[in-house]
Amino acid sequence: MTTGAREHYLGRFAAHRARLAGASLPWLQRLRDAAIERFAGLGLPTTREEDWKYTNLSALERRLFDVVADGAQFSGFRNDVAERELARHALDDTHRLVFVDGRYAPGLSHVASLPRGAEIGSLAELVATRPEVAAELLDTDPEAEANGLAALNAAFWTDGAYIDLAPGVAIDAPVHLLFVATRMDLASFPRIVVRTGAGAEATVIEHYAGSDDAVYLTDAVTRIDAGAGARVTHVKVQQESRRGFHIAGIHTLQAADSRFASHSFAFGGQLARNDIATRLEAEGCNAKLAGLYVGSGRQHHDHHTCIDHARPRGTSRELYKGVLDDASRAVFNGRVIVRPGAQRTDAQQSNHNLLLSDGAEVNTKPQLEIWADDVQCAHGATVGQLDADRLHYLRARGLDAATARGLLIHAFAADVLRDITHAGLRARLSTLLPGQLPEDMGELECELLPTS
Amino acid sequence: MGNQASRLDELISHDYRHGFYTPMEVDSAPAGLSEDVIRLISAKKNEPDFMLDWRLKAFRHWLTMTEPRWATVRHPPIDYQAIVYYSAPKSRTDGPKSLAEVDPELLRTYEKLGVPLEERELLAGVAVDAVFDSVSVATTFKEKLGELGIIFCSFSEAVQHHPELVRQYLGSVVPYTDNFFATLNSAVFSDGSFCYIPPGVRCPMELSTYFRINAKNTGQFERTLIIADRGAYVSYLEGCTAPMRDENQLHAAVVELVALEGAQIKYSTVQNWYPGDKDGKGGIYNFVTKRGDCREANSKISWTQVETGSAITWKYPSVILQGDNSVGEFHSVALTNHWQQADTGTKMIHLGRNTKSTILSKGISAGHGSNAYRGLVKVAKSAANARNYTQCDSLLLGDRCAAHTFPYIEVKNASARVEHEASTSRIGEDQLFYCQSRGVSAEDAVSLIVSGFCREVFKELPMEFAVEAQKLLGVSLEGSIG
Repeated sequence: MTTGAREHYLGRFAAHRARLAGASLPWLQRLRDAAIERFAGLGLPTTREEDWKYTNLSALERRLFDVVADGAQFSGFRNDVAERELARHALDDTHRLVFVDGRYAPGLSHVASLPRGAEIGSLAELVATRPEVAAELLDTDPEAEANGLAALNAAFWTDGAYIDLAPGVAIDAPVHLLFVATRMDLASFPRIVVRTGAGAEATVIEHYAGSDDAVYLTDAVTRIDAGAGARVTHVKVQQESRRGFHIAGIHTLQAADSRFASHSFAFGGQLARNDIATRLEAEGCNAKLAGLYVGSGRQHHDHHTCIDHARPRGTSRELYKGVLDDASRAVFNGRVIVRPGAQRTDAQQSNHNLLLSDGAEVNTKPQLEIWADDVQCAHGATVGQLDADRLHYLRARGLDAATARGLLIHAFAADVLRDITHAGLRARLSTLLPGQLPEDMGELECELLPTS
Repeated sequence: MGNQASRLDELISHDYRHGFYTPMEVDSAPAGLSEDVIRLISAKKNEPDFMLDWRLKAFRHWLTMTEPRWATVRHPPIDYQAIVYYSAPKSRTDGPKSLAEVDPELLRTYEKLGVPLEERELLAGVAVDAVFDSVSVATTFKEKLGELGIIFCSFSEAVQHHPELVRQYLGSVVPYTDNFFATLNSAVFSDGSFCYIPPGVRCPMELSTYFRINAKNTGQFERTLIIADRGAYVSYLEGCTAPMRDENQLHAAVVELVALEGAQIKYSTVQNWYPGDKDGKGGIYNFVTKRGDCREANSKISWTQVETGSAITWKYPSVILQGDNSVGEFHSVALTNHWQQADTGTKMIHLGRNTKSTILSKGISAGHGSNAYRGLVKVAKSAANARNYTQCDSLLLGDRCAAHTFPYIEVKNASARVEHEASTSRIGEDQLFYCQSRGVSAEDAVSLIVSGFCREVFKELPMEFAVEAQKLLGVSLEGSIG
């Protein structure tokens, strides 16, 4: 039953309410109070809810995580671990903000000079120094956060990042937000807000890393507001500890003619869930959602995506791929909605899964809900394994079994990785795939053709 | 384009052609549901104790259930106590021995429907077990089938003459606890068809049943049970029409198919219940549970359906692929017009090794119609080398209709190959232009395109049904199709 977790977090909220970021701001406390009330009503999602049918959160009911509110209690983070993780995950040519156990670490961060009209920083600092700007950025529709965990984030968030771009401003280098978890049994609630004015451009890499086998919970919410004609690229890289829990929601609103691209890479965690939703609120928007989930051991990866075509002439493309080994499980639920009147919508979606082991499991549900007639919509889903003929072909040309397998797995993932423009990140993601490429092969520039 | 749309509207806003009402004397139970009504039904039908026990168990279980809400259909609440659960034509008491003895009024009804029994008997070689309201009144070709050991009769006859078969197979595919409507059916089902094909026999003719709802306020609760024993083959046809009326009528049928080793069952449906009028008033609620069980190795079950009627259709003909190398197929055309709603699809449950399934679903939405495909492909751990191919396409003919696709794919075996494809589009302007530039009128072009869209499903239908299905779509979309 949900009482355990519910009581626990309600209790933590009561204890910490006065010390959370912006506790002196009545409007923020109202938001937090409303959120905890939503959580009290909802509790943690259960498998009886359609959206959580295949993802069982009973482990989160049993394991209750601590919440740290203010700096004084927070002092115990492990700098050595954070520095080691940073060395491992830092990316060249980026503006970097590092968060350790959910809290901004200025000493580890590095932001090069930004163009005029571009602002990047810690959300907690923004609340403290310029609450009126923070109020604008946090004024979002709670409807999008309809599940208990998103409500928990809205109640408890202590820090996070904001990226605020004036109209026409383009940041040349990607913004790398690195969230490092160092402590056992801690829950962190990062909140990220991205606002881009008309015609602005930004690439944000939201990166979660955890070390060793620490058990902790990351419960993150990201809100992206893409102005008219803006171009926003969001890359999510999830490399939590193999025993960590990761729950995240990414919600985007798109104004006219904006372009939004989301790339989600899921490698870590014992249980990871991403809700990625974009609403094409005005005419002529373009959305591209791509993802790759790689599971082994007993990992559980869940992606729920929603592309909501509310207005005419929207285009969306979605491609999700999964590689699952051992007894890992994956869930993909891709929802495409075409609202009444959203004519001339063109939506294509596909999900492909590669099962490498008999114990692996996939539950996929591509979903179309169409209320307009002048549309072109299609979706496809496949589940299969490495093609025996292809393996045979490669082996007949002198590749050993492991290399042939590795090559096919990399080829399978290639069209999801290809669109990552940061070469360093793309190369690093490629090394996280199971199966090694021969050393002299370098980066794989190919993709698998569909079998007939 | 506006002109085009209004013409489309004209084409698809058509009156239901089978709307008429046959006044007949009816022997009915009082409205409402209670253990007494169930005892009455069972007593009227002179059933053995095991049947009554089963009905009562189902009823008691039903009382603990709540109506499902997950389908994308909307309707006012159903008052289960306002339904008459039993009504039989009076003339049944002495039972017709041949067509000559059948109530002429009834025969005329069939004639109006274009189903003259004699003609079918002579020309098509189809044995018709006609269900008029709830009791079978005419069964043809029985002797001919009897020579081969085939049992094809009404469900009540089967209960009287073959209780051991009924006892063995009833509820073995759809248990009385299955779902709200199947449980209700288990408690109150009045009649239906029963078919048993003995080992190694290939049924020489298409078996067919015409269901028809007639008496006012009578929910129709059919139960069909078809068993194909080892190596047997049967093709079964089911067709529905219902007279025009204002009140919504509940139709909660259950169909169970059992295929033993190497057996094949082909089940085809043309469903054209009254869909309600142009404003969405009236029409049948068609909440049906259909399931086939490929119980033993090398068996095959194939569902083909053309759904053009009913205010609400809620059905998922499914196959449980238990036997190794067994095959399941589902071919469907569903058309929703005016305010019709359809939530239909299939479930393919792969349990045995080397099992294969194919799903082909075509949805057509017009007017304010709402059409949802909801399907499940499940590959259990035991189902090595399972293979599924699914294609579901939707065609939209109007800007107020809706088409949804909810495919669930659950795979627990790495040697499985599962593919799902779906597309949604409206009739292409380029396609219409192409036809029109070659002198084909707009309405003929629409018919041509719709007919082409459905072709893959229609070719799975037996001949007579294919013709009828084409006609039905033609009625819904006017024009003279091919």
